[in-house]
Amino acid sequence: MARILLKGISKTFKDETVIQDLNLEIKDGSFTVLVGPSGCGKSTTLRMVAGLEKQSGGEIWIDDTCVNDTPPGMRDVAMVFQNYALYPTMTVRGNIEFGLKNRGVPRNERDKLVKDISEIVGLAPFLDKKPQSLSGGQRQRVALARAMVKKPKVFILDEPLSNLDAKLRNQMRTELIQLHKRLGTTFVYVTHDQVEAMSMGDEIVVMNKGAIQQADSPMKLYQDPANLFTAQFIGTPAMNIIDMQGMKGLNIRSDRPVGFIGFRPEQGLLNPDRPVEGLVLKGDILTRESLGAENIYQIRSDAGTFFVKTFLRPLEPADAVTVAVPHDQLYYFGPDGGRIYGAGMQERALIAGGAIV
Amino acid sequence: MTVWHKLRPYGMVAPAIIIFSLFFIYPIFYMIYLSFYDWNFISPTKTFVGIQNFVDLLSEPEFMQVLSNTTVYTVLTVTLTTALSLLLALWLNRGNFFYGIVQGAIFSPHIISLVSISLLWSWLMDPEYGLLNWVIGLFGFGKLQWLSHPSTSLVSLVIVAVWKGIGYNTLVFIAGLQSIPADIYEAASLDRSRPWTTFTKLILPMLSPTIFFLVIINMIGSFQVFETIAIMTQGGPVNSTNTLVYYIYEYGFRFFKIGYASAAGVILLVIVGILTIIYFKLLSNRVHYR
Repeated sequence: MARILLKGISKTFKDETVIQDLNLEIKDGSFTVLVGPSGCGKSTTLRMVAGLEKQSGGEIWIDDTCVNDTPPGMRDVAMVFQNYALYPTMTVRGNIEFGLKNRGVPRNERDKLVKDISEIVGLAPFLDKKPQSLSGGQRQRVALARAMVKKPKVFILDEPLSNLDAKLRNQMRTELIQLHKRLGTTFVYVTHDQVEAMSMGDEIVVMNKGAIQQADSPMKLYQDPANLFTAQFIGTPAMNIIDMQGMKGLNIRSDRPVGFIGFRPEQGLLNPDRPVEGLVLKGDILTRESLGAENIYQIRSDAGTFFVKTFLRPLEPADAVTVAVPHDQLYYFGPDGGRIYGAGMQERALIAGGAIV
Repeated sequence: MTVWHKLRPYGMVAPAIIIFSLFFIYPIFYMIYLSFYDWNFISPTKTFVGIQNFVDLLSEPEFMQVLSNTTVYTVLTVTLTTALSLLLALWLNRGNFFYGIVQGAIFSPHIISLVSISLLWSWLMDPEYGLLNWVIGLFGFGKLQWLSHPSTSLVSLVIVAVWKGIGYNTLVFIAGLQSIPADIYEAASLDRSRPWTTFTKLILPMLSPTIFFLVIINMIGSFQVFETIAIMTQGGPVNSTNTLVYYIYEYGFRFFKIGYASAAGVILLVIVGILTIIYFKLLSNRVHYR
């Protein structure tokens, strides 16, 4: 078990700065997910924690030790790679026990550890096979077993599920959550898939362009995004954003200028039965996606194109619809993308419906 | 299906097959045929002598020395070339500043004609005026006879062959090393693998197809060494650098004992054939392929 502390980390490749002044605390025993679009520096951050990449500045602490100059093998960190990085010339057993051999663990102890681990991950019948004769899911398990058998302080997983098919991915996701519960070790997990992040992490770090946008629990992140980026990154479909520049007739009271208004697709009420106090938008349905329990509509209005999600309701047949968003479900952002708290619409506008036609 | 449709594939491969048959298959069979005859290349009559040519060859001490020379030359050349180029490749693969320069420098011998290389090295190895003796003289060593003495002549030829072959071999090794994904090394470093363990347990097994390919290619090439010998030593001094192909050439085209030379050619064919069979057998069983 370990707590990881990143203090003022920066990373430059040649003249390109990938990460600048990154500060992060990864709590002991947490399942922390670093999530962000490609090239946001999440993998680089992870690799710096593992010691595979040397940071250009700043300090990395694992528990009470500064590991800046500790080689990867000595950091008590185990990693699962995106392409598994199994040793192709060794059997499954050889792969799992390689780390133990290098630590000088005696043979009988090694055999017992390998046996225990292979039963946990269901690899016992494959111990004498080479990785290339295994399926993707089995290789994934070998990679996990190889990491687990060392009983590390920190587990590092770099997009471990991205090479699996959708069904297996869901299954492995659940297995990883259970594994984390069982081991109680700190997990640091990198993914570009926000669904994966939301479903697995108990702490999510949203990154963009080498900077942390927000680090919070999944629900906090969803319900209380700190900025436009997080709001648009988390959620399927993402939060609808209306640019204030194209809007007229809205009367917003705020101590700071408002650049954007946002609302979650499921908070938009499609053709409400009763008048709703809030933002009312009129538009035409462009597409309908029916997923069974829920329907997703793409709607074009004068304020832009946005999505609305309904649950357990029949598919809306009409083309021209009205969408109302209750007052308390609106998010306000400044022109720089930062969240504005305490803003709201003028009472009078609300009574009038605040409609933009 | 028209006739043209059926014939087209055969038409397409015909040029290659014709050339291959004419210049490879036919000569091989003709050589085997000739090895049972006594013929001087000019006379219209060939005399059938059965296996007499082979009996003569195998009871001839000179031929035994030729075989031994060829084997020693091959073993030394192949071992040294493979080992040195592997070391060079490991060093160059780190992608340091020298990479481009050294890679270009060591590869250039490969594109120079062997005749030029042989002449160049004859000068370098000249016992009186050669650069090599001058250099070792700077370190206080006495002059070496290089090509002019039976004890050093074969090794001198090995040096030339290694020098010529190392660039190509290094290049192939670098390609092999670069096909090993970087995350394997990273996984190894997280597994506390020492550099030597990583090399022997991971890199070497993963390179085994490359090593094997190069060893066999070099072996077959070394068994057929000819140009350097023809230009630098003509098999001498006292037969110390005479090898199989040069021996065949001398008997066939200088002494015009075609039947005898063909019999030696058949022996070379058998040796290279055995090496090739071993190559494919081992390749399918022992060598790691992903």
